[in-house]
Amino acid sequence: MLETCIGKLKLEKPGMVASGIMDETGASMVRMLESGAGAVVTKSIGLEPNAGHANPTFTEVKGGFVNAMGLPNPGIKMFKEEMNIAVPKGKIIGSIYGASADDFSKLAITMEEYGASAVELNLSCPHAKGYGMELGTDPKLVGSIVSAVKSAVKIPVWAKLTPNTHILTDIGVAVQDAGGDAVVAINTLKAMVISPEFAKPFLSNKFGGLSGPGIKSVGVRAVYDLGSVLDIPIIGVGGIADWRDAAQYIMAGASAFQIGSAIANKGPTIFDTINKDMIKFMRDFGYSSILDMVGVAHE
Amino acid sequence: MSDFVKIIGVNEEAYDTKTFEFQWDEKAIPGQFIMVWVPGMEEIPMSLSKTGRIKSITVKAIGASTRKLHELTIGDSLRIRGPYGKGFDLTKGKKILIIGGGVGTASVMPAIKESGADAIIGARTNKDVIMDDLGHKYAKNLWISTDDGSMGFHGNAVQLMREKVAENNYEIIIACGPEIMLYYIYQACVELNLDCQLSLERHMKCGAGICGCCVIDDQRVCKDGPVFTKEQISKMKDFGVQKRDECGRILKFR
Repeated sequence: MLETCIGKLKLEKPGMVASGIMDETGASMVRMLESGAGAVVTKSIGLEPNAGHANPTFTEVKGGFVNAMGLPNPGIKMFKEEMNIAVPKGKIIGSIYGASADDFSKLAITMEEYGASAVELNLSCPHAKGYGMELGTDPKLVGSIVSAVKSAVKIPVWAKLTPNTHILTDIGVAVQDAGGDAVVAINTLKAMVISPEFAKPFLSNKFGGLSGPGIKSVGVRAVYDLGSVLDIPIIGVGGIADWRDAAQYIMAGASAFQIGSAIANKGPTIFDTINKDMIKFMRDFGYSSILDMVGVAHE
Repeated sequence: MSDFVKIIGVNEEAYDTKTFEFQWDEKAIPGQFIMVWVPGMEEIPMSLSKTGRIKSITVKAIGASTRKLHELTIGDSLRIRGPYGKGFDLTKGKKILIIGGGVGTASVMPAIKESGADAIIGARTNKDVIMDDLGHKYAKNLWISTDDGSMGFHGNAVQLMREKVAENNYEIIIACGPEIMLYYIYQACVELNLDCQLSLERHMKCGAGICGCCVIDDQRVCKDGPVFTKEQISKMKDFGVQKRDECGRILKFR
């Protein structure tokens, strides 16, 4: 009942672990797969090891979390060890970030060698200079990166998009026109936290990205907008904490969804809970598969 | 969750270690920690060394951030968030022996206070022994070990533990300290068939169970720990062997 597909990639369960959450090590990815996730998206991996920003990198706010981790990762070479542990246990999506189409292609080729089921291009991180959304808000650049990666690998190529733009659908179309297999929406919203007592920004990077319940409705709308113009599959992400949130994304047009922030408070068992609750809802309301629900809110 | 608190007391525990007290009404249990920040330092995790309405952190000056904290005095503010993590479960065994190694002593002091159990404080020299005054006040029996014999038992805390376990029928060991000490405490517990709960440490970023950078195998120190049971530790391949740096690269302990 819960199986779904994102183009030619089949998933037994529709929920994936979003990039950046419990996915830096092989053992933690295996734990998430065993907790009922249909796939795990890795931490965004670059060409070289990166320590990320100095602490403070994270804080709770009303409605969610603001973070500026700054893309910490051990680099693609050392990540092989983690992939070797995780890949035999389930579907691993390799999230990658780079400064150019060439970087992305190199990383994608290596992820494919490591056994990734797909690559997710990070075109949306809002807190790393020269990376992420700095590339992902220019449709031309997005198109050139996607098409370069497409010609470099055989596995599906997904592009993770930022909501921090007024031309989201143009960017989605650029991914589709370049041959991209799916879009993932949304990454965090640009955000900032100031400590009044110290009259200073709290995060060492000053700026960060907002995630959690506060951005869910923004994400659902972004997926709905993308669903109106795209034929390629969409993966919904942003503030999902229960089956109702997930169902909203699916009905807005998402074939699958990802969960990040909610893992903090609900723990890895959130996937099992949503899977069970979703089956109950589908039985009650006469949906025989996830794909039956995709985009129904458009009709 | 996140709060500003004012320092209401500073206590010099040793030449390199200070305790900062503040009033904070959040409920906390022994073994839990907070993330602490003031401008000009990296935010760092600190165990609570007092867990009542008046709480405290005990800071050993070992790096730039802890030295920055040492500059603070009464009336200065801290931005803190938490409390985070799983603390010690003091209901598990009837006969408890609590061991603090070095500045790890601060992290077990609330458990000593709450349980009134027997306790060991281990340190390199008499100059490094902290909070022995409080330990004498709260513990039923307090013993001290120093590596150089300058105070109490001449030897390390694990050697002293083995002596005390032979004399008393403890059921569970509770401990915090350097991983090498905890590793040998764990080995001794396996050998002597004792239960244990150990407070472990890794490089931490979010503190709240999201980023996954502080994992030992698949367990998040910040959320699944920092206090782990003997059963959890028995499944850890990294414990006593390796940790990860801020990039997520593996660093071997030896």
